[in-house]
Amino acid sequence: MPMIPITCTINGETVEATVSTRDTLADLLRDTLGLTATHVGCEHGVCGACTILFDGRTARACLVLAAQADGAEIETLEGATASGRIAALQKAFHDHAALQCGFCTPGMLLAAAEFLEDHPAPSRAEIREALSGNLCRCTGYQAIVDAVAAVAKGTEP
Amino acid sequence: MKPAEVDYVRAETVEHALALLAETGVDSKVLAGGQSLMPLLAMRLAGPERLIDIGRVPGLDRLEIVGDRLVIGALVRHHRVATDPLVARAAPLLAAAAPHVAHPAIRNRGTFGGSLSHADPASEFPACALALGADIVLVSAAGRRTVPAETFFEGLYQTALGPDELLLEVSIPVATPDARFAFVEFARRSGDYALAGLAAAARADGDRLADLRLAFFGIGDVPVLAAEAAAILASGPHAETAIAAAVATLDAIEVRDSAAAGAAYRRHLARVALRRAARALARPEAAACR
Amino acid sequence: MTAPLPAPIGAPVPHRRTWRLVHGRGRYVGDVTVPRLLHAAFVRSPHGHARIDAIDVGAAAATPGVVAVFTGADIATVCRPWRGVHGLFPSLNAPLQHALAIDTARWSGEPVALVVATSRAIAEDAAALVVIDWTPLPAVADPETARDGAARIHPDLGTNVCLVQSHESGDVDAAFAGAAVVAEETFRFGRHTGVPIEARGLIADFDPTERRLTVHHSHQCPHQMQNDFAVLLGLAEHRVRVIAPDVGGGFGIKQQLYGDEIAVCAAAMLLGRPVAWTADRLESFTADIHAREHVVQGRVALSAAGDILAFDVDDLHAIGPYSQFPRSSAGEGRAVVAQTGAPYRFGAIRARATAVFQNKGMSGHYRGVGQPIACAVTEVLLDKAARGAGLDPIAVRRRNLVRAADLPWRAPTGVTYPRLAFEECFAALDAHLDLEALRRDCADARANGRLRGLGLACFVEMTSRGSGFYGTGGVAVSSRDGCTLRLEPTGGIRCLSSITEQGQGAETGVLQVIAAAVGVPLDAVDLLTGDTATSFHGGGTWGSRCMAIGGEAAWRAGRALRAEILDIAARLLQADAGALDIRDGVVVDAATGGGRMTLAEIGAVGHFRPHEVPGAQPQLVASASYGSEAPFRPGCGLQLAVVEIDPDSGAVRLERFVVVHECGLVVNPLLVDEQIRGGVVQGLGAALFEELLYDSEGQLLNGSLADYLVPTAPEICDIELVHAHATPAGGDDLGIAGVGEAGTTGASAAVLCAVNDALSARGASIAQIPCTPERILTALGVI
Repeated sequence: MPMIPITCTINGETVEATVSTRDTLADLLRDTLGLTATHVGCEHGVCGACTILFDGRTARACLVLAAQADGAEIETLEGATASGRIAALQKAFHDHAALQCGFCTPGMLLAAAEFLEDHPAPSRAEIREALSGNLCRCTGYQAIVDAVAAVAKGTEP
Repeated sequence: MKPAEVDYVRAETVEHALALLAETGVDSKVLAGGQSLMPLLAMRLAGPERLIDIGRVPGLDRLEIVGDRLVIGALVRHHRVATDPLVARAAPLLAAAAPHVAHPAIRNRGTFGGSLSHADPASEFPACALALGADIVLVSAAGRRTVPAETFFEGLYQTALGPDELLLEVSIPVATPDARFAFVEFARRSGDYALAGLAAAARADGDRLADLRLAFFGIGDVPVLAAEAAAILASGPHAETAIAAAVATLDAIEVRDSAAAGAAYRRHLARVALRRAARALARPEAAACR
Repeated sequence: MTAPLPAPIGAPVPHRRTWRLVHGRGRYVGDVTVPRLLHAAFVRSPHGHARIDAIDVGAAAATPGVVAVFTGADIATVCRPWRGVHGLFPSLNAPLQHALAIDTARWSGEPVALVVATSRAIAEDAAALVVIDWTPLPAVADPETARDGAARIHPDLGTNVCLVQSHESGDVDAAFAGAAVVAEETFRFGRHTGVPIEARGLIADFDPTERRLTVHHSHQCPHQMQNDFAVLLGLAEHRVRVIAPDVGGGFGIKQQLYGDEIAVCAAAMLLGRPVAWTADRLESFTADIHAREHVVQGRVALSAAGDILAFDVDDLHAIGPYSQFPRSSAGEGRAVVAQTGAPYRFGAIRARATAVFQNKGMSGHYRGVGQPIACAVTEVLLDKAARGAGLDPIAVRRRNLVRAADLPWRAPTGVTYPRLAFEECFAALDAHLDLEALRRDCADARANGRLRGLGLACFVEMTSRGSGFYGTGGVAVSSRDGCTLRLEPTGGIRCLSSITEQGQGAETGVLQVIAAAVGVPLDAVDLLTGDTATSFHGGGTWGSRCMAIGGEAAWRAGRALRAEILDIAARLLQADAGALDIRDGVVVDAATGGGRMTLAEIGAVGHFRPHEVPGAQPQLVASASYGSEAPFRPGCGLQLAVVEIDPDSGAVRLERFVVVHECGLVVNPLLVDEQIRGGVVQGLGAALFEELLYDSEGQLLNGSLADYLVPTAPEICDIELVHAHATPAGGDDLGIAGVGEAGTTGASAAVLCAVNDALSARGASIAQIPCTPERILTALGVI
């Protein structure tokens, strides 16, 4: 089984690992490191549940090989939670019932956070468009839009 | 849904990548952003022996104006195409098309060179390259060559890229002040692959359009230039009769049929796209339309 | 129950478990780790219908890392086959189904062999090396071919018909003969599936020393699975434990027994080691249950004045190759027969539903189960009839709706509705918007050449079934739920409930009910669900029932614990229990509100110094279980859609969507609202986007998430929710009706009506969903 050593930064910690060359970054995060907030919903890059940050931008962990993470800075929902940088979004999602089963939520939160950094005062239509790559099958999306809009407007602490 | 076993090598330089590609007897695949390749690996629709990761090769992400050309390195990501002011100025058609490419997280990783090499018939950038008269610069251990977009796309997921070649960069004429463009796409959902679309570029020449190029995508195996339609439309972009005549030429274009959309529907959408693009091109402030 | 219920019942509090989930602390099946865990991958039939001549597992078994390869025959040594029968439908043909196909595969995607290895990737490598000699057999794909063609899916049956359900009441022929207007339509409903974002999966762990099976299972009904696993695997049910941890969506997809899932349990038994399997997304599309795929011939008869005289519906639906287990495949057609015309008064009906086998994926109980079909058929026919008669379609609805004065309404379908609240719903709609202005706006747009339309659908949702359907039918599915409450020594309350959560919020609703019933703050109650070892054998999630049934059990357990606490307090205080109350977690003097004892004091005495309680052994625990004595509880409402169609592209844009709903007591409006919206979006997906496309050989053509079009945020507009409030039913219960399927039940109908209103500008119409742009342009004659 071809293996390759990698060194990367995950949630601020240096991680050295020897990974199978066919493992995805999602496999590494979940199975090797136990970072199970990264959810795997389709493994072909459509559902968005495995969204993480790769060198500061959102990416699908299922569409990146673990080997490609060598030298990269990775942040998962665990890291974003620990830093507190998405606390307002987390509270807003909870308060607005912007999640039900919660499976899409880690990806949805990280996608929303990146969007709000790039677009601090979005319209509802822009929020919807920005989240088009993240499937939610439980909510009507409306509560998610409400939660993101509330954070943008600063009506969430 | 796990990829099959595969060797992985990270190329350190272009020369390293080319040396790896030149090795005979190894079925290699170049991995850049991976946004198209990874699903194929996961579904085991692609099963190369070796992946050559060019993701960190220095210099491949250049984005600059050289003379009267905009040079886009293979590794320039879709997000940058969508947001870099240089692209908006020098190739506004690309900036207009970029938001249609998949979704934000995909655009953060997907690369311009990867999109062209993958040559999905329903993807946006190959058609834009065709409309803009792009030159595609390929390099191998034997040297460089430049292939015009017209001959680069050879068939369904097939390009002029040889097995030992790497797509290095794409060179596009910088938009002149009289440039006009239009981008129209029909997809079922936001970010979906196009059922049909049209990337159009021209220069205003009084009441006429010069150098009009109409590149359709999503309707055939490759992006296709509608030369006859362009010739008709260029002479009278304001005239509904010219538009109608140009649209009529689309009857001769080969259109694919699939479960997602039948041939008649795709052809109809191509006609609609052409009408919308024609009206947009006729306006001095011609800009993208959906 | 008519007295106002105490807070926090009715409060819009956020769903408790979501605080954990937004912080990435969910624990889904795929997050569970077990020592010595093995991973499974399936070999599935590539053919819609084919005989298995030989299976060679040699190369697969020899792959390093592979622990075992099991064929259908291997699994059958420990796993009995089953038949999806139902005692209320004795004529239902239910062929024997094995966990893995043994002789013949009957759908593309049917599991045929199972590889167990040290990793999923290795298991998949080896699965690709299993060599099967197939002899392809004629495949039957579409419903009409299944019914009328010569090819047989189960030769022993001599027919591809699973079940015909018929009902006739009143003089239907006379009604149609005497009608001023008859509208007729042939409807086609696409095949859909639920697509929970967490795919199906389980970890089965078998301890041969005690013959004990523990299954972590992404499932809606763990108790049902405990029973199914015990019976089919030959285990003592009290040594089978099914744990549904966090579950990433269900929608009916995680409600039945699946061959692949029980095969994983069988593999764990054969190996004596834990085995994990999660469907990958491509497997989900071929092997999750599908739904709908109906062809319906429908007619309605109207008098000149607009009275509905009769319905005549002939439904043909295709269910894949087997009757689903354990519920059987009777429910889908049953809903069509029973629910056609449900909101309205009319005198006669002829209804027939024919379920046929076909070589496509298994069909089952996806959200709404047949009710969306009945609703769409009814509403589109009414629109068409009203137009034909020159009547206002909405006026026709208002004229014919079941009124309070008609209750209990004995419909000609044979169903008796104890409670419907359409008058209140229309009043709420009229208060919310100016319907006539909205319709004028659409008409004006159409007059200007635009294709803008408004559709209004009235719907009834049958929720919270009693035991008369499955229980009486001999189906081992509980329609009850139970709740056990324990007072802990420091005064907190622990709740063990048999309801299950896939996100719908019933857990929080149950917590609110308990807090209100006992008289404690919400945070004083903790709750555990989804574990068959800890809770009463309950139904779990199906048929919009958790709050109505499980909430009632929680209320009764809460009142019992309250009585227990007050009894202990009264004995300790030498007071009359009737003069005491529990408020905000403190035992108080009921008259003055003055505090007498905390629950912590009672917990400490009860647990550690019980001898101080005069004349009684403190129990500190209370349980209740509950099942509805009525056949079902109806919820009802209206859904209104405004759409605009791009005449060039055929795309339908949702401009406005409104739901008016009445569901009795609303325990938590925040959660109810988004639950209904989520249901609406699934109905909108069905109406506009979603369809599993097969070729005539039974090959799925769009089985990936890129090709099966689940709606995303930009495709959906905001959904306005209005609650209508009708007089409570007045029974001795809380009066909750379920809401889980309400949104899905009416949304497709509203959109289809709106699309047809829009298309009416050009004299076109459509009676097929999804209303794809291609179909709309075809209807318009553009292509």
